Amino acid sequence: MDYLDALEAHSIYILREAYNRLGKLGMLWSIGKDSTVMLWLAKKAFFGHCPFPLVHVDTTFKIPSMISYRDKTAAELGLDLIVHVNREAIEAGLGPESGRLKCCAALKTEALQQVVRLHAFEGLIVGVRRDEEGSRSKERVFSERNAHDEWDYAHQAPEFWDQFKTEFPKGHHIRVHPLLQWTEIDIWRYIGREKIPVIDLYFSRDGERYRSLGCLPCTGRIQSSAATVEEIIAELEHTTVSERAGRAQDREDAYAMQKLRKAGYM
Amino acid sequence: MGARERFLKLVLVGHVDHGKSSVIGRLLYDTGSLPQGAVDKVRRIAVETGKRFEFAYLLDAFEEEQKQGITIDTTRLRFHTAKRGYVIIDAPGHKEFLKNMISGAADADAAFLVVDAARGVEEQSRRHASMLSLLGIRQVCVIANKMDLVDYAEDAYLKVKEDMEAFLETLGLRSGACIPLSALEGVNVLGGSDKLPWYGGRSLIETLDALPGAPDFEQSVLRLPVQDVYKFDTRRIIAGRLESGLLRVGDLVAVYPGGRRTRVASMPLWPDEGKTEAVAGESIGITVADEFFNRRGEVIGHASDPPPVTRVFRASLFWMGKRPLIRGRDYKLKIATQAVPVRVRDILRVVDAARIDAVSAGAAHTGAVHAGAAHIGAVHAGAARPETGVNDAAGVEMNDVAEVIIAAREPLALDLFSVCRATGRFVLVDGYDVAGGGIVTGIESEADGFCFFVRGEMKVSCDLFEEYFYSLDEQAVNKRSARAAVYAVGNLIPLKGESFSYPEFFDIVSLPDDAAIRIRSGRVAEILPLAAYGYEGLPLVNGRGFALRVRSSEDWRRCLGDYSPNAGEDADFAAKWLDFSAYRSIPFTKGNWEI
Repeated sequence: MDYLDALEAHSIYILREAYNRLGKLGMLWSIGKDSTVMLWLAKKAFFGHCPFPLVHVDTTFKIPSMISYRDKTAAELGLDLIVHVNREAIEAGLGPESGRLKCCAALKTEALQQVVRLHAFEGLIVGVRRDEEGSRSKERVFSERNAHDEWDYAHQAPEFWDQFKTEFPKGHHIRVHPLLQWTEIDIWRYIGREKIPVIDLYFSRDGERYRSLGCLPCTGRIQSSAATVEEIIAELEHTTVSERAGRAQDREDAYAMQKLRKAGYM
Repeated sequence: MGARERFLKLVLVGHVDHGKSSVIGRLLYDTGSLPQGAVDKVRRIAVETGKRFEFAYLLDAFEEEQKQGITIDTTRLRFHTAKRGYVIIDAPGHKEFLKNMISGAADADAAFLVVDAARGVEEQSRRHASMLSLLGIRQVCVIANKMDLVDYAEDAYLKVKEDMEAFLETLGLRSGACIPLSALEGVNVLGGSDKLPWYGGRSLIETLDALPGAPDFEQSVLRLPVQDVYKFDTRRIIAGRLESGLLRVGDLVAVYPGGRRTRVASMPLWPDEGKTEAVAGESIGITVADEFFNRRGEVIGHASDPPPVTRVFRASLFWMGKRPLIRGRDYKLKIATQAVPVRVRDILRVVDAARIDAVSAGAAHTGAVHAGAAHIGAVHAGAARPETGVNDAAGVEMNDVAEVIIAAREPLALDLFSVCRATGRFVLVDGYDVAGGGIVTGIESEADGFCFFVRGEMKVSCDLFEEYFYSLDEQAVNKRSARAAVYAVGNLIPLKGESFSYPEFFDIVSLPDDAAIRIRSGRVAEILPLAAYGYEGLPLVNGRGFALRVRSSEDWRRCLGDYSPNAGEDADFAAKWLDFSAYRSIPFTKGNWEI
């Protein structure tokens, strides 16, 4: 086994644990590369099936081609897809001009809480990676959220030997993180090896490409000529710019992501 | 680095102030492994908080951490040398965060123990070293850090080296190297330094590159713990991770603990097909020739090399729970994919790793650690905090290490840790949290402390005869297990104990075991599945002797409706339906921990 095999085997093990040990499950699918790899891993884990619904938290401000790609792919693969929008917040006029953190809190964090309640999910599978951003490096693979979706990162039980958190009070839910140990370059190497289709926003056009996908007003493109998976891998092998450099909410202040995540952000 | 290479997993442990994070920061920096964003972010935080830029900050992402000056949790960072790739698991050193150190260190191929050369070996250095030994990590090296603080003096280095090597030896560990280092000044990280003219050994990076790779589990015994059984389509697929050994289509295998034999018919795969062989570490699926009932927790092996099947085993464990581990109390044990209720039947020895320091060095404390596990029957009244090497203690405190005998309610297929890591190590769950972990060191005979009702194949666990006491010395309620017994139809049961008194006519309904027992004139009259049970108006108790607040058939129906097998008799259910004091009381007792 090489190291991609080892990462794949571990992620499959985690997905199978979630399916066996937790009640109702949902898997976040953001249309991005990470959750697309996660969907692929789920189909490997369950031999061509995905035995739980996918959830997309739609802020209505996403890059438009993400939405058309989402709907096309869902139809092609016959996915059980739940799209959730925080309608109250949208109707109240919330948007990027309300302030970035406020907007993220309402249209992503709060919307996520709503969809967890609405479907009574006991497990939510999320494609975050430890290397993406500092606060995510503190995550457990099975990470408990209390009845208010809060993350008590200072008092997490130990997690070792792949014995995950499967005991918790009613009303709490578990965020399951099958990709926690992957890095950005692992994701691209795996996409290349498995020939997993991904949205074309990642590939260079007119000297620019998206490295991380999000909402149109808050996500910037990077200067890049990488137009294929192989070229992206080559670019990442030499870059010293961080992946989320184009994501505006991270730069609001030094602890922005930590504050968002403590309150339930993905 | 090519995708075919595997990373070597490293953990750095040691006292909170001895500079682990600085060593890691320096390693990343010197090997050119830091993304620009990370350094920028740390510089920004340093400016915002008015502190000097330090390498340790690279690992601190949290506001709270930086306020307290300690790292809260585990991070995983990769770096590469010319030879290969590494993943560093940063294991925080603060005493209260031992659980985080365990979370990180449990997975490592090799460990580096960081010791401040100016301060020497301290309590946490020893505690962490003893944890490494329990976690089964055999490759340990020592780093004598902060050599700049002792002017790079050889005697400070030799003191750390000798103290640590002597201690490691008591744990059965051998130090692979002891490296003098200054993370602050970057001395002896990449290559040698003229500041250390007396040192002829390898630098940190050279030491890393000289370590042997991850062990090869493919040569070992076959162990495939069953994780789940799927029937998404016409195939019935047994899923699991091959933890050890090699498996091929056509292999004759046996499924433990039962031991039924069958043949591997196929290895389904998606999107490809035609897989015929799997190696250790792969998450696979198999179909078998004989379609008998399989379930999670079973272990598939070759009949020529079966795992021992037992309910009682000896183990070394470390405890991290907020409340102490108590002999006789119920815990959930998880070992590979098996999860069963267990009790710690005996605590043979408690070793407070920190206190080993208090015992004089050399032969004397080696003697204490290796003192025979003589099992002395009597427990001294009011036995307080276990001392180093205490025999037959009643409890194990947070951060202690102990040798114990564990009794499970059901037979387990397991291994000695020395034979197979994955099926030889376990965690104990107390309430909602993993509170301890350990490794299997011996298989014991099956005398244990459980009571059962038995009819043919049916086996219903019974805790009706446990005694509860309020200990005036401990100011806590303790529980004493009943003597092991098996009750069959026609047997008399004990109706009265020191803390319970049951009527002559009543029914026991065990929702977790899906069974009911009718007691008539103090005898077992009937043992039957819940599905065949009808409420007859007699008092009901659960499997622990707590009365159920059921007065009518309608109550009984609602009670059944409120019970969810997943949640068990949880707090909501208990508050609504259980009445502790109907047949039980909690008499006072004077500080006797006898359980």
